Amino acid sequence: MQAQLLEGGFADLPVDASHTFRAVMTAMARPGDIMDVAGAKPPSPLSTACGAVLLTLCDPDTPIYLGTSHNTPEVRDWITFHTGAPFSDVENATFAIGTWQALPLSEFAIGTPEYPDRSATLIVETADLSNAGTTLKGPGIKDQAQLSLPEQQAFQANAALFPLGLDFIFTSGNRLAALPRTTKVS
Amino acid sequence: MSDYNFAYLDEQTKRMIRRAILKGLAIPGYQVPFASREMPMPYGWGTGGVQVSAAVLTPEDTLKVIDQGADDTTNAVSIRRFFEKTAGVQVTEATTDASVIQTRHRIPEQDLRADQILVYQVPIPEPLRFLEPSEVETRKMHSLEEYGLMHVKLYEDISQHGDIATAYAYPVKVEGRYVMDPSPIPKFDNPKLEMAGIQLFGAGREQRIYAIPPYTQVVSLDFDDYPFQASKADHACDLCGAKDSYLDELIVDDQGGRVFMCSDTDYCSTRRAQGHVGAQGSPIQEDAA
Ligand SMILES: [Zn+2]
Repeated sequence: MQAQLLEGGFADLPVDASHTFRAVMTAMARPGDIMDVAGAKPPSPLSTACGAVLLTLCDPDTPIYLGTSHNTPEVRDWITFHTGAPFSDVENATFAIGTWQALPLSEFAIGTPEYPDRSATLIVETADLSNAGTTLKGPGIKDQAQLSLPEQQAFQANAALFPLGLDFIFTSGNRLAALPRTTKVS
Repeated sequence: MSDYNFAYLDEQTKRMIRRAILKGLAIPGYQVPFASREMPMPYGWGTGGVQVSAAVLTPEDTLKVIDQGADDTTNAVSIRRFFEKTAGVQVTEATTDASVIQTRHRIPEQDLRADQILVYQVPIPEPLRFLEPSEVETRKMHSLEEYGLMHVKLYEDISQHGDIATAYAYPVKVEGRYVMDPSPIPKFDNPKLEMAGIQLFGAGREQRIYAIPPYTQVVSLDFDDYPFQASKADHACDLCGAKDSYLDELIVDDQGGRVFMCSDTDYCSTRRAQGHVGAQGSPIQEDAA
């Protein structure tokens, strides 16, 4: 138990974090691109990719909301030990982690007109991540891209809030993709 | 163990900058506040760009640094050495070989690829600052898309002073929403802001980060009677003969002799290496160097 808690962080934090950030940045800049990440071994049900993103972006300045799917003692202890991030309610969360069904979308911070960046980033754990299904258009996409999204309507509603809105990172195993608020889905 | 972290900045600072970069990419053209750190170089030397580069670089990257198009100025050389030392990255002067390019006041002539990242050093990130000194007010203007006054002022400048008044830092509208300062690049470079690579902008003193994702719509503000023109000196490069590159004008002797040469030194030397020769050929090259 204790051993598992202490393990699973980056072996070389600055270097592993730089690689993971490049993957996340590329994914956010190019919606639909699916990137591989490595280096984290978090406790189940956290995926490798979700663990790597947490180690790269989260710290005491980023309150995290855990969806019911991921709100276990093991997950909480691992995140606390490796990132120092506090856990929060939905409204105050900078990051959220959970399956699509476990995240109460309408309650997260979407930013303010003067500070649209003060919005939550949702890390959505998914069983499947592939370039099929929903069509994506918008900044970062040359013509169009395809990504397996859990649904369309929620992302259409989110894009309609622009420049406010939520941003999404989808994680599955050791892979991730992202969907900023600018992406039009159909 | 070295006495500084990989790429100089501590991990907590990098995480803060990385989060700002992601929000910047999600809201193209919007200025994300960040807590700028002291860097071992003066503000005028591009500490905003340096901090963004530090947050972006991986050990496998190849870094190019340009200052007004040139790789060999004191500023460019010292930033390149800084990251060679602190991040152990490869460095290059060749645009094609670079994975990350930090720039002051130019976009390379050669089109960037999808796997390249361009990091701009920005002195004044707020395009509305000359109209309104208050940050509270400019934020409000951006939130309400209150850009009317900006258009009026730009129109006055162009109609009264012509191209000269707006030759650099010519404002653009990003993805139909935010008016953005592209940093003091010549307006000749504005059309290149729509590119395949990722563009990140860092202002150290003003503590702002903003971004343009690939293939994002970037429109230079203009008017029916004064359409935007990506102007440059009506001349070819005297060294390599290029007619499509942005040129610097140099006085080369006491008699007022002039030479026009590519501001992008890598573009010019690559062309010369390919056998292209300009009107004043190679002898001038020695004098101008
Ligand atoms: Zn030339």
